[in-house]
Amino acid sequence: MSGIYFTTMAVLVLAGFYLSSRRAVGVSREASAGSLHSLPVYHGLYTAALVFVPMLLVFAVGAPLLDRIANSAALAAFPSSLATDELHRGATLRDVYNLAANQYSGAPSLELQNAAETLKSTLSLGRWTIFGLGVALGLAGFALGFTSIDKQFRARNRFERFVLIVLFACATVAILTTVGIVFSVLYETIRFFFDPSLKGRPTVTDFLFGTEWNPQAALRADQGDIKTAFGFVPLLTGTLLITLIAILVAGPLGLFSAIYLSEYATPRIRAFAKPILEILAGIPTVVLGFFAALTVAPIIRGWGHHVGLDIASESALAAGVVMGMMIIPFISSLSDDVINAVPQSLRDGAYALGATKSETIRNVILPAALPGIVSAFMLAISRAIGETMIVVMAAGLAANLTFNPLDAVTTITVQIKTILVGDQEFDSAKTLAAFALGFVLFFVTLVLNVIALAIVRRYREQYD
Amino acid sequence: MTDISMDIARPEPKFRLDLTSDAARARIRSRYRAETRFKAYGIAALTVTALFLAVLMFDILRNGLPAFWQHSLLLDVPVAADIVDPAGKREAGAIKGADYFPLMRNALNAAIPGIESRSASKQLTRVLSVGAPDRLRDMLVADPSLIGKTIKVPLLLSDDADLYYKGAGTGIDDRAGRGTATPSGRTGEITVLTSSNDFAEELQNIKLRLKSVADTISRDAGRIERSGPDQAQRVASMRAEVANLANRYQQPGNAEALDSKVPSVLVAINGGLVKATRLDASGITGDVLLPLKSAEEAKPGTWKVVHYSTPESDRKVTDQEVAFLERLREAGAVDRHFNWRFFTTGDSREPELAGIRGALTGTALTLLVTLLLCLPIGVMAAVYLEEFAPKNRWTDVVEVNINNLAAVPSIVFGLLGLAVFLNFFGLPRSAPLVGGLVLALLVLPTIIIAARAALKAVPPSIKEAALGVGASHQQAVFHHVLPLAMPGIMTGTIIGMAHALGETAPLLMIGMVAFIVDVPTAFTDAATVLPVQIYLWSDLPEPAFQSKTAAAIVVLLAFLFLMNGAAIWLRKKFERRW
Repeated sequence: MSGIYFTTMAVLVLAGFYLSSRRAVGVSREASAGSLHSLPVYHGLYTAALVFVPMLLVFAVGAPLLDRIANSAALAAFPSSLATDELHRGATLRDVYNLAANQYSGAPSLELQNAAETLKSTLSLGRWTIFGLGVALGLAGFALGFTSIDKQFRARNRFERFVLIVLFACATVAILTTVGIVFSVLYETIRFFFDPSLKGRPTVTDFLFGTEWNPQAALRADQGDIKTAFGFVPLLTGTLLITLIAILVAGPLGLFSAIYLSEYATPRIRAFAKPILEILAGIPTVVLGFFAALTVAPIIRGWGHHVGLDIASESALAAGVVMGMMIIPFISSLSDDVINAVPQSLRDGAYALGATKSETIRNVILPAALPGIVSAFMLAISRAIGETMIVVMAAGLAANLTFNPLDAVTTITVQIKTILVGDQEFDSAKTLAAFALGFVLFFVTLVLNVIALAIVRRYREQYD
Repeated sequence: MTDISMDIARPEPKFRLDLTSDAARARIRSRYRAETRFKAYGIAALTVTALFLAVLMFDILRNGLPAFWQHSLLLDVPVAADIVDPAGKREAGAIKGADYFPLMRNALNAAIPGIESRSASKQLTRVLSVGAPDRLRDMLVADPSLIGKTIKVPLLLSDDADLYYKGAGTGIDDRAGRGTATPSGRTGEITVLTSSNDFAEELQNIKLRLKSVADTISRDAGRIERSGPDQAQRVASMRAEVANLANRYQQPGNAEALDSKVPSVLVAINGGLVKATRLDASGITGDVLLPLKSAEEAKPGTWKVVHYSTPESDRKVTDQEVAFLERLREAGAVDRHFNWRFFTTGDSREPELAGIRGALTGTALTLLVTLLLCLPIGVMAAVYLEEFAPKNRWTDVVEVNINNLAAVPSIVFGLLGLAVFLNFFGLPRSAPLVGGLVLALLVLPTIIIAARAALKAVPPSIKEAALGVGASHQQAVFHHVLPLAMPGIMTGTIIGMAHALGETAPLLMIGMVAFIVDVPTAFTDAATVLPVQIYLWSDLPEPAFQSKTAAAIVVLLAFLFLMNGAAIWLRKKFERRW
C-alpha cells in the first residue's frame, strides 16, 4: 500500500517538475514582450512542491488515523463481553491481525473471523480513501502550479519561501526534541507522584528523603500491600560516590594533560598525544564497561585480597576508576581550549617579572582560566552522572546507603535500565519510578550544563 | 630638570636583588626543581592515560583475537544410508531432518576405539558441538550421491574443547618411568605396579599439600578459639581433622587418594592412559581413560608418568576429555581454521555457534535510518541558523537548546523513545526504525554544531560575490556556500555516526536487547545492534562467550577506527585555509 502510494507520489512529483519546466521554457519563447521572471527550473520546483506537500500530509495524517479506526472497528465487531480489559483487547487485536494476514495458527472462532473480515474491509476502504484523496490533492496541486506559469509569475520567490519554511521546520526539530523529553518524562513523573489510581506510589518527600530503594515489591498489582520503598537517597549517594571517584581520577590527569599539552609539549609530542586522547574519547562506553567488569574489578579485588581488604566484586571503585578514564579526554580537551584562550600578553607579563613557566601557569594562567576549568569539570560531572553502560556492567544492583568505595553501590542510571529493560506495563509504580529517576537525571544534568555553558560563554566574551 | 636628580638622596633600598648568596642560589634551585616537578606531573598524567589505553587495547585483543579462530575435527564419517535417508528417496527435506548424532558417534568411536564405559563415551560425544553436523548436512543436501560413502568432514568442536585447544586447559608434562611397570588389566579400574619407587615424588607432593591444608585448618581453629568459647565443638572437630591429616602426612610411606583439587597424575602405558585415583611410592590404582593395547609389563623408559598441572576442578574439561582431545590432536584430526561462522550467523545460546551477522545487519539498518534522518535535517537546520535565522531571542533559545541537548545523558533519549515512539505512536519494539529515530535525535545536535562550524568557516566574500552578480540569498547559499562547506559537514557527520555506532543505553530502553537468532531483513523486524550484542554476551557465564564479546568489540572498534580514519582523511584532503 505505502509502496504504491509513494511510487505514485514520486511519479507525480517528477511529472510536475518536468512538465512545468518544459512549459515555462515554452512560455519564455512566446512572442509577447519581456522575459520569464523566474528560471524554468523554479517553475518546475514550485509545481513539484505543490504536489509533494499535500500528498505527504495526507499520508502522514491518514495512515495513523486509519490504524486507530481499523482497530476500533475490529474490536467493535468483536463482542465486548469477550475482551474486557486492556490486556485482553491487545491479545485479541493481535489474533485478528494474524488472522487477517493468514498467519493465525489453530482454528479461529466465529467472532474472530467476523472481526478479521471487518478489519480487512475497513483497512482496504481506508487505504483506497487515502490513496484517492492524496492523488486528488496532488493533481490539484499540479494543476495549480501548471496553470500559474506565466512570465510575470514569481515562482522563485514562492519556492524560496517554501524552502525557508522547510529549513525553519528542521531547526525546530531540536526544540521539539527537548519539548518531547520534558513532556514525556515530566508527565510520567507527575503520574508517579500524584495519580490516585496508582498502587504503592510514594509521596514526594518519601521519594526525595527515603533511605530505602526497593521497587521490586510493586511489581504486581496484587502485591500492593507489601512494603514498597522508593527512597531516592541511596541511589543519589551511589551516583555521587562513583562520580566523585571518577572526578578524582580524571580531574588531575585531565588537567595536567591539558596543561602539559598546551604549555610544554612540542608539536611532535602534541601530534602523538592528541590522538591518544581522541581514541580514548571515541571508545564506546560498553567497551569500557566490559573492561571494568572483567579486568579492572578482578584486579582491584585481587589487590584488596592481598592486603587483607574484602572488596566487593562490583565495587564502586572499579566503576569509578574506569569512568574517570572515560572523562579524561573530556576534561583535557575542554581545559586545553580555555588555557589556549588565555591571552599571550598575560604570559609575557609574568615572564617579564621573572616567573618560571610553572609559576606562570599556577599563578597567572590557571586563575585566569579558572571559570572555564570549573565549567569543564561541571560538564564532566554531568557526563559522569548520566553515564550508563559502565555502571550497568561494573556496578551493583543493590541500593546500599554507603560511602565506602569498596562496597557495591547502585546508581540512578543503573536503576532506570534495570526497571525498563524487559516487559513493562505503564501503570505500575515501578515503571513510572524509572521516569521519575529520568526526570531527576535530566534536571540535574540540565542545570549543570546550563551553568557551565553560561560560564564558558561569558568567559569567552571577556577575552574576545 | 637635570638638577632634580641631584637632590635625591638615594635611600638604602628596602629590597635588594640578591642572586649570588647561598640562600638565593638555594631558592632558585628549588624553584627550578618545582618547575621540573610540575612538568613531570604533566608527563605522568599523559603517560598514565596512554598506559590505560594500551592496557585496554591489549586486554581486548588478547581476549578477542582467539575467537576469530575455531577448531574442528577432521574425521572420516561413514555416511550410512539407513541413518541419513532410510526411505531411500534422496529428498532434501528428509536429509535435512535426519538424526546425525549416530553418525558423529560412529566417527568418534572409530577415531578412538575401545571406549566401553557409558560415561566415557558420553564425554567423547560431548567434545563435539550440537552444531557439528551442520556442515555434513549441507554437503549431503547439496550432493546426495555422497550418501553411502565415507567422507572427510570438519566437525565443529564444542566451546570447551575449542577453548582447550586454544590453551585454556592444563599444562601437561611427563617423564619416563624408571622401573618396569606392570598393569593388571586393559580396561576398567586397574593397578599399575613398578619395580622402583616411580611415584615417590608425587606422593611427597600430596603429603606436603596435606600438611598445608592441616596448617590452614589449624590457624582457622586458633582464630575461632580466640574469638570466643561458644564454638568449642566446631574447634574440637577441626582439631580432630588436623590430627587426622597430620597422621597421614607424617607417615611418608602409606598410600594416598587423589582428588580433583590436586594436579592429576596419569600413567601412559602400552598405548593407553590410566588416571591414578590412589597412589603409593611404587604403584597406582586408577581408572583407564584410554584402553591399553595389552596388559604386558612395560620396560623402563617405554612408559611414562604424566601430570595435568591444573587441578581438574579448576578447568572446564575433565581428565577424560583432556585424554580424548590429546589423543585426537596426536592423530592429526584437529583442524584450526578462520571462524567465518562468527560473521555469517546470528546469535545462539551455544558460544561456538554464535555470530554477529544479526547484530551487524541490525546496526546497518539502524544507522541507515539515523543517517537518512539526521543528515538532511541537521544540515538544513544548520543552514537556517547560520544563514537565514534573524538574530533574535528565539534564535538564542534554539542555540542554547542545541548546546544543552548535546550534553543530555543518552539514556534520557531512550526514555523519550520509549514514551513517545513506542507508547504514543505505537511503533514496534526492538525495531531498527525506532532505534534509528532515537539515535538520530541523539546525534542531531552534534551534526548541527559541526555543520554550523563548517558553514562559518566559508569566507563571507564567496557569498558576497554571488550576491554581487545577482544571485538570490538562497542561490548564494545553496550554490556556493554549502558545497564549499560540504567536506566539513561530512567529517562532522561521520564523527556523529561513529558516536551513534557505539551508543548502547538508549537502545536498551526501546527493547533492542531481546535474544534474536534471525538476521533482520526489514526496518520493523526485531533486531539488535553490535554494542547491545556486546552487552548481552558480556553477561553470559560461559568463558567462550567472554572471548566472543571481546571479538565483537574488536569488530566494533575496527569499524570505529575506519570511520574516524575516513573523517581524518576527508579533513586532510579537503581542508582549505582561506
